[in-house]
Amino acid sequence: MSNLLTLSGVHTHIGAYHILHGVDLVVPANQLTMLLGRNGAGKTTTLRTIMGLWHASQGTVTLDGVDITKQPTPDTVQSGVAYVPESMGIFSDLSVRENMLLAARGARTLDDIDTTRLEWIFGLFPAIKKFWLHPAGKLSGGQKQMLAVSRAIVEPRKLLLIDEPSKGLAPAIIQNMIAAFRELKAAQTTILLVEQNFNFARQLGDSVAVMDDGRVVHSGSMAELAADEAMQSRLLGLSLGSHQ
Amino acid sequence: MTLLKADFDWKPLALVPALALIALPAVGSGSTWITLTVAGLAMGMIIFIIASGLTLVFGLMDVLNFGHGVFIALGAFVATTVLASMTSYTQADSLWLNLMALLPAMLVAMAVAGALGWVFERLIIRPVYGMHLKQILITMGGMIIGEEMIKVIWGPGQIALPLPESLRGSFIFGDAAVEKYRLLAVLVGAAVFAAMVWTLNRTKVGLLVRAGVQDREMVESLGYRIRQLFIGVFVVGSALAGLGGVMWGLYQQTVLPQMGAQVNVLIFIVIIIGGLGSTTGALIGALLVGLMANYTGFLAPKVALFSNIALMVAILLWRPQGVYPVTNR
Repeated sequence: MSNLLTLSGVHTHIGAYHILHGVDLVVPANQLTMLLGRNGAGKTTTLRTIMGLWHASQGTVTLDGVDITKQPTPDTVQSGVAYVPESMGIFSDLSVRENMLLAARGARTLDDIDTTRLEWIFGLFPAIKKFWLHPAGKLSGGQKQMLAVSRAIVEPRKLLLIDEPSKGLAPAIIQNMIAAFRELKAAQTTILLVEQNFNFARQLGDSVAVMDDGRVVHSGSMAELAADEAMQSRLLGLSLGSHQ
Repeated sequence: MTLLKADFDWKPLALVPALALIALPAVGSGSTWITLTVAGLAMGMIIFIIASGLTLVFGLMDVLNFGHGVFIALGAFVATTVLASMTSYTQADSLWLNLMALLPAMLVAMAVAGALGWVFERLIIRPVYGMHLKQILITMGGMIIGEEMIKVIWGPGQIALPLPESLRGSFIFGDAAVEKYRLLAVLVGAAVFAAMVWTLNRTKVGLLVRAGVQDREMVESLGYRIRQLFIGVFVVGSALAGLGGVMWGLYQQTVLPQMGAQVNVLIFIVIIIGGLGSTTGALIGALLVGLMANYTGFLAPKVALFSNIALMVAILLWRPQGVYPVTNR
């Protein structure tokens, strides 16, 4: 299995704070990799460093063999990476339709968006179709998350980076999300997904990396971690109690 | 779609006719009221043309540009030169020939102000992104330099900017006199507003500007270069200020190197009332300020400037983020 994304010894500073202390991480192609860890472990910073929203002060990030460490964010997006931030980044004053149009970089108008792909997205998230002309700010939290993911997949991407998609969502909506991610996996999409909800992670992940204190402290297969409760409690003990 | 229309917040829009109606009994005479109202709307439209670019510049990149006034003065002075060279057109008793002089004056003023805007962004704004205090100081400094350069080119005194022949005088409706030029100002302002609304709502660049005002980092994360977008908005905003300068100069029929600094206060009141980053808000704010200035100028001249500040305070007490707050800020 080839690796689509590789981080080697990545250090990231935000102002005076040293957040990532040499992150080594690989994301295998066509798999869903879960990035787990307690609050403040450096998961979001890792995603932002990959995107170039914060730049690594040391180490390298390579995508498909190309060094993207110092690349500006728009160039990383053009290399085929889509990002769903924890805040979802929905443009509230714009309609759902306008949000989708902006996400389709190659499209000048809606007619330029691949209709088959759009129908596929409507199938994954019927709410997107239902609220197509509504202001995105009026959507519920779950619907906003669906829109955020829909935007990321409106065009084919090499890699999706998704930050805590289950955060604050009702259990029924989370199941809906899980079903959608299963379909994305079936479509051979490579995904790196940050999560704190271990139940969510267990149902979806192929491989897993666990972070603590700005480093990756464990990586392996999700099945292996899911089967080993002692390892779970050692690696994730602090976060498990509150999220299971 | 019906839901979308129902969702539009009409209250701020209703403030404009409400202010006009409240002024009617205070002014007393219906004909004077019509004259003042048209004058107020014309002034408001000109201020809107000037302020629309500034509100987007702030909304998009959080840049406080106190130097915006220099583009106003520059536009007005460029127009004096262009119109002076076309006296056979401006003095002709033909609306068509007059407009043929006015149009190139406006276009050249916009081009020069836009070009200066490009230089201003590169030299003055770019080094101070994210630093509000430095932005205020350096853009004010930029405006002082701009004013002095205008004095070097056109001299320190005021220059007359007479209206073309057929735009002088008034239309008489019953007892009310409505100056022809003011009607033109309302039409130009309405055209600029319509063009902006169309661009912001119907084109992808416009959608990107609206999105960038809400969350610029996400616009970058979708693969667009926000800096380039910002430079474009800055140049267009400067060009519009230049156009506004021409309109303002013709409204006053005289131009001064310091005119930018004089209008600066009004345009900041307007964009604060409107909600920083909101174009529709800037229009409402500009119309309210224009009407208020004319009504109080007639009723109680001594409180004219204070009345606009009082208006801003009253609106901020009602809506602390302005009449149309931009979300996600």
